[in-house]
Amino acid sequence: MFTTVLQNLFNALQWGSFYSMIALGYCLVYGVLRLINFAHGDIFMMACYFAFFIATFFLSIFLGLPGPVIFVITLFLTIMVTAGLGVFIERVAYRPLRKKGAHRLYVVITALMLGFILENGNLAVLGASSRRFPDMIDKVIISFGGVNLTNLKIIVILSSIVVFFILNLIVNKTKIGMAMRAISYDKFAIPLMGIPVNKVITFTFALGSGLAAVAGILFGMSYPVLDPYMGMIIGWKAFIAAVVGGIGDIKGAFLGGFILGFIEIIVVAFFPSSYKDLIAFVILLLILTIKPTGFFGVAKSTKI
Amino acid sequence: MLKKTVLSVLFITLLVIPAALFAGGQSEGNVIKIGFDIPLTGDRPKVGEGTKFAAELIKEKVNAAGGLEVGGEKYMLDFIYVDNELKAESAVQAAFKLIEQDQVLAIVGPDGSTQAIPAGQVANDNRTPLISPWSTNPNTTLDRPYVFRACFLDPFQAPVAAKFASEQFGAETVSVMYNLEDDYSKTLAELFKAAWEEKNGAGSVLNFESYGNKDQDFSVQLTAITAADPDFLYLPCFYNKVAMIVPQAKDLGWEKPVMGSDSWGSADLVKLSKGAVKGYYFTTHYAAAGAVGATKDFIDEYNEAYGYVPDDVGALSFDAVNIVLQAIQNAGLTGDLQTDRDAVKDAMASLESYPGITGTMTFTPDGDPIKDAVVVMVNDDGEFEFVATMQP
Repeated sequence: MFTTVLQNLFNALQWGSFYSMIALGYCLVYGVLRLINFAHGDIFMMACYFAFFIATFFLSIFLGLPGPVIFVITLFLTIMVTAGLGVFIERVAYRPLRKKGAHRLYVVITALMLGFILENGNLAVLGASSRRFPDMIDKVIISFGGVNLTNLKIIVILSSIVVFFILNLIVNKTKIGMAMRAISYDKFAIPLMGIPVNKVITFTFALGSGLAAVAGILFGMSYPVLDPYMGMIIGWKAFIAAVVGGIGDIKGAFLGGFILGFIEIIVVAFFPSSYKDLIAFVILLLILTIKPTGFFGVAKSTKI
Repeated sequence: MLKKTVLSVLFITLLVIPAALFAGGQSEGNVIKIGFDIPLTGDRPKVGEGTKFAAELIKEKVNAAGGLEVGGEKYMLDFIYVDNELKAESAVQAAFKLIEQDQVLAIVGPDGSTQAIPAGQVANDNRTPLISPWSTNPNTTLDRPYVFRACFLDPFQAPVAAKFASEQFGAETVSVMYNLEDDYSKTLAELFKAAWEEKNGAGSVLNFESYGNKDQDFSVQLTAITAADPDFLYLPCFYNKVAMIVPQAKDLGWEKPVMGSDSWGSADLVKLSKGAVKGYYFTTHYAAAGAVGATKDFIDEYNEAYGYVPDDVGALSFDAVNIVLQAIQNAGLTGDLQTDRDAVKDAMASLESYPGITGTMTFTPDGDPIKDAVVVMVNDDGEFEFVATMQP
């Protein structure tokens, strides 16, 4: 019994890590722009595919290279490419709308549509076949007292924590982080202070997409069957997790992801899995009813 | 702006109308039209591809020989493939389109039970013969004289799996994990549970776990199963799910055998699971490794044309299309669509000992063939190797 609980604890930590990492990306963009970037889940999906192609390419070119080196190369390149995609999307889809002063509603709809474009574009270009993510790191199963962990599981959990701290550092301790918080505070006064708003926003998208890339690679390694719709549901759920944690607060998004992960795992442990979303979202709804700003959110004007 | 829109609408209309007329005009001359209601996109496109490729093999061969001979006359084959996206609603629409718009003589497909059950209803209501290559759910053909299948039924497969596991692993306890949102998986899991408990007494099924279509993480269910430590795991799931579940089970320390159903039988199974399924067994319709005679000829031709060994959907589709053609030959053609549809249906129902490549088939009045199940093992080369044929 105890080992089962412990095992499920680690299962929940791993599952929650993915929600957390994706929720952080949502939170970042929302914090700066007040834009719910619904395409974020699909950027995550694209990151998975980028990583798939990059890893496959390097594994076939440099046969002798050890897995971890390829992993690092893949991680680096995927973050770059995905950040590029995020910035590209911002340039072609969001910025023109922002320039014309379009209402936020239109920007959100644009984000939703972009998500569908990414999904179906992927479907059109790559076909509907699921793909198998290559193994870059030899899987080691570590068992202690009946609890089985893979090295990957530990990497995932640690990565989400490291990502959170790095992000926290960037937002709170660097100049660009200060600029991000400033835009969040008052986006009309900030350009007057000589802060290049568009540059900061570009950086925000690069950072958010980079986070999605880290999540994407680790997700591909943990659940190695890829398909074009993989990002949709997990993206929406991560967004809800961010709201429950208190969107606009990095800590809130981070913990919100874990809360959702834990609730889902606990529900499945006791009920048929089809009740998972039902019960999980009822609980989340209750949390929001009691505290509409989310767990850690406070009604304040800087949302980051 | 408005002018532009009007112009472009006009332009599109002008483009579409002749195309539609053209498509409609094709029914001139000696042509037999057969429709295919299959998943070419969606979660499991390989399934639809298997059906399409097998059908194309037959079509090319028949048309190269000048057409199918019916009552002394040669008829060219025209196969119309409509994508059902692996959705029940789309399968119904596809069936309507084939029956009413394309005026096909008979329909092959849908492959999966989830789509075949509603599409079969449409075909039966519109008195058009339909044969599903791969749907193993009883409801597909139940009380539907126009609906047939080329494979055995779920109730048949579950006791075969139970019997085989008892004999092969000497198993007494089992855990079952299935997809709650999939009619096929759910029915099979329930039937298997009933068959197993009848054999080994109540309580011999240690876990009866479920998951949903969009789930990617199965760690909780697998944690419970691993903790219960049964003699083997029964996994009546589709290959894409199997490929996710099995590696996760191994990560959680699972070392015992796993057994599955015919939905494992896809060329993608081993590739997607990266060999994690090697050494596991499943019940199915045919085995590619160790095939002889007409079955081997089909496999060789298919492999030559498309570069991979056909899975059982391919083999069953090959049989399904040939059964339709045989029935057409037996029935003869009058030129009146509804009369011909009725005649083809009657001819199909009265086929006896038809020598298909997946076994000899005789149809029961319900439209289900009587044939053996095959148990195969995924061998070290990732091939599906013949182990035994079995009746429950």
